[in-house]
Amino acid sequence: MKIPSPAGWAESSGRTVSWWLLGPGLLWMGLLFFVPLCLVVVISFAGRGTYGGIVWSFSLTNYLDLLHPLYARILGQSILMAAGTTLLCLIMGFPLAYYIARAAPGRQRIWLLLVMIPFWTNFLVRTYAWMFILRTEGLLNTLLLKLGLIAAPIELLYSNTAVVIGLVYGYLPFMVLPLYVALERMDRTLVEAAWDLYATRWAVFWRIILPLTRPGVIAGCLLVFIPSLGAFLTPDLLGGARSMMIGNLIQHEFLVARDWPLGAAISCVLMLCVVGMMSWSLRTAKPLSQREHES
Amino acid sequence: MRSKGIGLSLCLLVFLFCGTVACQRTTGDAEQKTLHYFTWSDYVGPELLAEFERRHGVRIVVDTFSSNEELLAKLQGGATGYDVAVPSDFMAAIMIQQGLVADLDPAMLPNAATLEDHLQRLPFDPTHRYAIPYLWGTVGIGYDSAVVSTPPDSWAVLWDPRYRGKISMLNDQREVFGAVLRLMGASMNTKDRVLIEEAKTRLLAQKPLVKAYASEHYDQLLASGDVVLAHGWGGPVARAMLDRPSIRYVVPKEGGTLWADCLVVLKSSPRKELATQFINYLLDPHVAARTSERLLFASANKAARPFVPARILDNPAIYPPIDLLPRLEWMTDVGDALRIYDRAWTELKMH
Repeated sequence: MKIPSPAGWAESSGRTVSWWLLGPGLLWMGLLFFVPLCLVVVISFAGRGTYGGIVWSFSLTNYLDLLHPLYARILGQSILMAAGTTLLCLIMGFPLAYYIARAAPGRQRIWLLLVMIPFWTNFLVRTYAWMFILRTEGLLNTLLLKLGLIAAPIELLYSNTAVVIGLVYGYLPFMVLPLYVALERMDRTLVEAAWDLYATRWAVFWRIILPLTRPGVIAGCLLVFIPSLGAFLTPDLLGGARSMMIGNLIQHEFLVARDWPLGAAISCVLMLCVVGMMSWSLRTAKPLSQREHES
Repeated sequence: MRSKGIGLSLCLLVFLFCGTVACQRTTGDAEQKTLHYFTWSDYVGPELLAEFERRHGVRIVVDTFSSNEELLAKLQGGATGYDVAVPSDFMAAIMIQQGLVADLDPAMLPNAATLEDHLQRLPFDPTHRYAIPYLWGTVGIGYDSAVVSTPPDSWAVLWDPRYRGKISMLNDQREVFGAVLRLMGASMNTKDRVLIEEAKTRLLAQKPLVKAYASEHYDQLLASGDVVLAHGWGGPVARAMLDRPSIRYVVPKEGGTLWADCLVVLKSSPRKELATQFINYLLDPHVAARTSERLLFASANKAARPFVPARILDNPAIYPPIDLLPRLEWMTDVGDALRIYDRAWTELKMH
């Protein structure tokens, strides 16, 4: 006699149902993500036409071109900026997420809403707003001058500092949300137990809270790091296009230099870097119990 | 297994069905009266378009691009459905060469008979078979005369250490290199690697003085006083003058770019007759004069001059003085030498 249960229902028609569930997403991702991705990979091995077309001949020229130290510098600087952004987001996001997770449930909803409110406005518009804040006669300088904290306006706009400010501002919510989820689900009794056993504040944080929320930390870092690595709008507007991040280089190759194959090759290298970092961090993100089994 | 196959093919069917319906709609009669206009952002006067819509009983859909290369990339990427586009001179030349542009019927373009003298015979399309100039102007230096007290007359002012951090350059490799090459006494269309390298060296020396490389918001930088010298197109400098009357515009004595944005009908356009009527409408002297007044760029139609207000006509940032013409140069495509510019530009940015 079979007992009808939700699990049994799923099992009996398992295959069909799962295909229906997967279908729309798979079709969407397949047609609009996977196929273009393959095109990018294929184009990265092709040649460049004088007027921006693609010459269909297989060669490794584009990848060899990328060995030029110039491109390594651009990639290196981009990774540095993205890493700095991620670190700042983590330092600011963790206490914020901790505070929200410990607030009363009603308060939590309000705080989360506040974290997400910036998304209601277009990122470009918000970046323009930062230009008004940071420029020489901007809000920030006016305020600091009025308060007598500085004697002369500081030149903030059109510098790497401004780019990092803009990136941290833009991606902080992506750090806070996964951290909040991890901290909210954390078993508080373990923290209480640590206190009872006379652990110091530091020990509680390092040995209890941080390991328990590691998956959230890693998810947040990836969600901040990856988009900041590919950013091109912020370096152009807040950095005054005085230097290039890898995203600017890709945009430049596709749109200005009319060199799609080289642009595609840079995109492939960037994707490989990201995939490499992701697989590494996913391995470290495994819950402690699983890793112990492995070792 | 069977049901899986049915599910997938159903999805595909639905997808294909949607596709065919969409195709039919664009070619059907219902859409016959829609004109797709592909132009620069901030390059249309809505009331002028509305007037054409009323007169011809059509609907105009405006789609915008922010650079010539973006326009080309979109058309090469297979974007169809556009009727009229507005490439700049050198890009019009490339589009003609690439076979993206349709022949024009001169009989349908009476307003193109009164073009400015220097726009009568475009180097890349001498008989206006494909392209009709629409708006034109120069690239020069916008400066704040309250700060830069001696009116600059040379590109060399952009290397003056007194204005460190108060200079903006266009974020456009060909224009930036073009300015230096003119200063060096060379053509801005040179393909000579040595000259381009020397230009790069000079630009590297200039970089510490440059506050930003900006092609879009340098009018705001000038108006707010963030920069006092801006390398740029005349129109935005004229806009900055409205906010800060001490702003002036000069084309240096070494000369600079002469540009003209051209109206073309795309080969893929299904409504070429309507598209040609639209081009003729945009060139109508009254419409063209109102366009100049609104966009702060000079109209290519000489017959529009009498209807343009004096403050627009006499502003050198908008209407370049005719005696300037011998010093100006059309920017032409440099073909494969673009790679040299490209590498030099990337090196400049990463310095």
